[in-house]
Formats: sequence, structure tokens, C-alpha cells
Amino acid sequence: MESPRIGLAYLAPYLIGLLVFTAIPFLGSLYLSFTDYNLIQSPVWSGMDNFRELMNDRTFMRSLRVTLLYVFITVPLKLAFALFIAVILNYRLRAIGFFRTAYYVPSILGGSIAIAVLWRYIFADAGLVNMVLTGIGLEPVNWFGDPVNALFTISLLRTWQFGSAMVIFLAALQAVDKSLYEAAAIDGANKWHSFVHITLPLITPVIFFNLIMQMVQAFQEFNGPYIITGGGPLKSTYLLPLYIYDEAFKNFNMGYASAIAWVLFLIIMVLTVVAFWSSKKWVYYAGDKRS
Amino acid sequence: MTDIATAIPATAAPAHEVRAARLSAFIRYTLLTVVGLIMLYPLIWLIGASFKTNSEIFGSIGFIPREPTLEGYVKGWETSTPYTFGRFFWNTFLIILPKTIFTAISCALVAYGFARFEFPFKRFFFATLIATLLLPNVVTRIPQYILFRDLGWLDTYLPLWVPSAFAGDAFFVFMLVQFLRAIPRDMEEAARVDGANSFQTLIHIVVPMLLPALISVMLFQFMWTMNDFLGPLIYLSSVEKFPVSLALKLSIDTTEAFDWNRILAMSVLALLPALIVFFMAQKYFIEGISAGGVKG
Repeated sequence: MESPRIGLAYLAPYLIGLLVFTAIPFLGSLYLSFTDYNLIQSPVWSGMDNFRELMNDRTFMRSLRVTLLYVFITVPLKLAFALFIAVILNYRLRAIGFFRTAYYVPSILGGSIAIAVLWRYIFADAGLVNMVLTGIGLEPVNWFGDPVNALFTISLLRTWQFGSAMVIFLAALQAVDKSLYEAAAIDGANKWHSFVHITLPLITPVIFFNLIMQMVQAFQEFNGPYIITGGGPLKSTYLLPLYIYDEAFKNFNMGYASAIAWVLFLIIMVLTVVAFWSSKKWVYYAGDKRS
Repeated sequence: MTDIATAIPATAAPAHEVRAARLSAFIRYTLLTVVGLIMLYPLIWLIGASFKTNSEIFGSIGFIPREPTLEGYVKGWETSTPYTFGRFFWNTFLIILPKTIFTAISCALVAYGFARFEFPFKRFFFATLIATLLLPNVVTRIPQYILFRDLGWLDTYLPLWVPSAFAGDAFFVFMLVQFLRAIPRDMEEAARVDGANSFQTLIHIVVPMLLPALISVMLFQFMWTMNDFLGPLIYLSSVEKFPVSLALKLSIDTTEAFDWNRILAMSVLALLPALIVFFMAQKYFIEGISAGGVKG
């Protein structure tokens, strides 16, 4: 074709952006995490002090615990729901388009503050959810007063937004070769067998993709707890991104906030690496030679 | 189209099989409808409640207001600031418009570079693109803030606009590269033979073919920007520059405890642009997501 410079010229915006807005800030926050910096005086090198302080910081420890709890509740719940609905939608039903749209609307409005506001109202003591519960003869639940319930309302908000994971699952399910099912049926496999032995292995790459994406996202949850619960009650929804925000933009402890951000980043990275490493064992790519 | 998609053989099926198929279809529809209700009712309730009086909002399941009132909209639109909500919508538009245009241009250029050219370190650069997809924004946010502060851009829209001019959303580049790889190159090659340079080829041949994907990108960027809260929260401090998301948070903080319908009414208005855009251009969203998966 032409000189390689042409290709690089088209990449220029990306390369500049990568350097200025990603690479330099990435290393910058690593540097800052070893300093004391209040935005006014220059950063002062403090070595491992920030990290030592984190170990004894009870707010941080609690925040870390609720963040992990939140991610381990929300991600499996959301993916299971998305896959379940995608499987049901995968039949040639009438009005499939309507259902797919209906399920996708909450995701499109996803991060909107208005939806978080709505959540505050429907989970209020005399709100919609408790009215439905009492309507079907159950006890109303104290959603925002109880630490475990409060975290669960935020998990429910994100589970309610399972639409994009569902659309991806649906696309994968529709790509499965139908003749495989017919062959299995001739061999006497029932629906459940077909699902476990044909469908699931074939869509593992998409399960893996959704798992990674949803996990990285869940670890960074901010809007939900910030608007719905403000991190309460008793800091039970005070997820790490809220703590980082408060330390950085309210208390101007930029060094300390960077240290928390790096701990969060390392946790996400370790889990991602574990997921990639384990994927060799459970993710099936077409063309794999399997015995 | 039949209800019963479970393949019924063309030969007459035994009666019990037909019954079983009907039953399973019935169960499936019931389930879908119940889930659909759970998905949509909160939104329906929100719209209904925004026309209710404050005394009627809590304690009932129904969404139809007994004494419909526009009070929430009228009072909410006024806000407790010197500005009306119109101002905040205009601000949102001012943030969204450049951001969407910058995103489309920069991501198209970069995707074209990745998909159609060979150059040194190409694999490495593409790997960085995938890596930034997975990189949590939390890590870069603080230094970015310091950078924009040093440039004197705090309390302007520049920190929200500028990164998008440099293909800041790796996901969009990735999506466009996927699309481009699926487009055959013969038209482009013909144009090159006719003496067009690579840029002319991009403008006249590639962009028209990429248009559906570009529309997807712009629509997603529209949605994400409409919903963005943390960005404006960090960078904007003057109320006169607030977008809708910040203004809504402000109205929760400042509205006295019993004026719920104001907040609900403004929430409905805040969701309206996204809903309208989504229903007008559904297929672009679904196709865009299916092409590469998306956050949300």
C-alpha cells in the first residue's frame, strides 16, 4: 500500500489521547499514591505511609468489605437473570421484539440520576415495593434503614438493568447451529441436557465477556449509592468509589485517594487475571481441539 | 408465525405433544409478561406519580392520579435556583453536541487506521485499546482532574469535550473496527486504482458504508453523556453551567421534604430525551450492542 506513516497518522488522535489522558494519568496516580498532596502545596513523598494507613483505616476496611460483597451479589445475579431471560426469548415467539425492547429500556436509562431518584421513592417505607409486598400478604421491608437491605436495593437496581448483557446473550444464542440440537434430540437428549451440554459450552466466550465487563463496572459503582443511600446506613453502602470521591474532592487528600484507587485497581486486575487464567479451563472457542 | 416455535413435525403430532407444546408456550408467555411488568412498571408509576398531588404519592400501588395536577411540573420547572430547568437542558445539549461530533470523527479516523493499514507496533497499539477498555476510570480520574486544573479548565465544558476528540472511548473505536473488518474492501481498492488518496477513500467510500455503525456510536455517546453525573460533578461548580443530572441532584438537596411531585416531574423530563431517542432508533442500539457488547 503506502508508507506506514499514513496508518499512524490516522491513529494520531488515539495515540495523543492515550498518552495524555490515559498513560500519563495512570502513572501519575501511581506516583501520587506514594505522596501527600492537598492540591495547594507540591506533592510530598511519603513512601508507603498511605498504604500503611489504609491497613489501619476502619472506614477503608468496611468500604472494601461492602464493595466486594456488592460485586459478588450483583454480578452473578445480573448475569444469571440476563441468561435466563435470553434463553426464554430465544424461541420464535410472537412479540419477541416487544419483550426485548421492554427489557432493554431500563438499561438504556441505566446510569441516569432520575432512575436513582425513582429507586429512592419506590423502596421508601410506604413506597411501591412495600405496597406490593403488603398487597400479597407479606411484611413490608425496611429497605433503607437496614445495612444489608440498603446494599441489596442497589444490587436490585443494577440487576433490573440486565438488558445489555441479555442482548449479547441473545445474539450468541441465535448464532448456535440448530442442527446440533436436532442431532442431540435424535440421540434422545432432553431440553435440559441440550442446554447444559450444547448451549452452555458454545456461549462460554460470551459469558466470559459479560462477566469481565460487568465486574469491572460493578467495582466502580458510584451513582446508585451516592444518590439512593448516600453511603448509609452505617456506611453499609459506602462503596470504595464513594470513599475515593470524598477523599479526593471533598477533603483534597489526593495522595490518599490515589492510594485507595490503586488498591481498587489492583483488586480488579487480580480478579480479571484470575478470570482470564481460569478461562482456559472453561471457555470453549470454536476450533479448540477438545478430547 | 406460530406461537409454538417448538418444532412440531409436519406429520400430525400426537395430541399429548401438542398439549405439552401449548402449555410450555403459555408458561413462557406468562413468565415474560410478569418480568416485563417488573421491568416497566416502575417507569409507568414514575410517570403517573409525577401528575399526582404530594399527599397521594406514597401508600398506593396504582399509577393513575386521583386528582391529576401539573403542579409538580410547573413548580419543578422553576427550580430553587435563579434558572429554570430549560437552562439545564440547554447546558446538557451544549455538552452533548460537541462530544458526539468529536467522538464520531475521531473514532472513525482511528478505526480506519487500525482496520485498513499496516504500520509498526500495530498489534501493540491494538492491545492498548483493549487494555483501556478494561481499565477502570477510577485510576486516571485524579491526575486528569489535576491536568485540567493546571490548564485552567475547571468549571468549563472543556474537560468533558476534549477527551472525546482524541478517541477517548476505546469501546467505540473497537466497535467501528469490528464493523470495518466485516466490510469488503473492493470498493475502496477500486477508488484507489482510480487515483483517490486514502483520505478521499475514507470520506467517499468508507464513511457512507460505516454510517449505521457511526449512528450507533453517536447514539450511545448521547445516552452516556445524558446520564453522566460524575464528570460534571467533579468539573462544574457554577450552577449556571449545570447539566440536567446535576440540577436534579441539586433539587433533591434543596427541595423541602414534602414536595415530592416536583422531583418526580423533573425526573420524568430528565428521562424523556433518552426515551425518545431510544424509541426512534432502537435497532441501532440493539445492533451496536450485539456487535461488541456494551456497558450498561
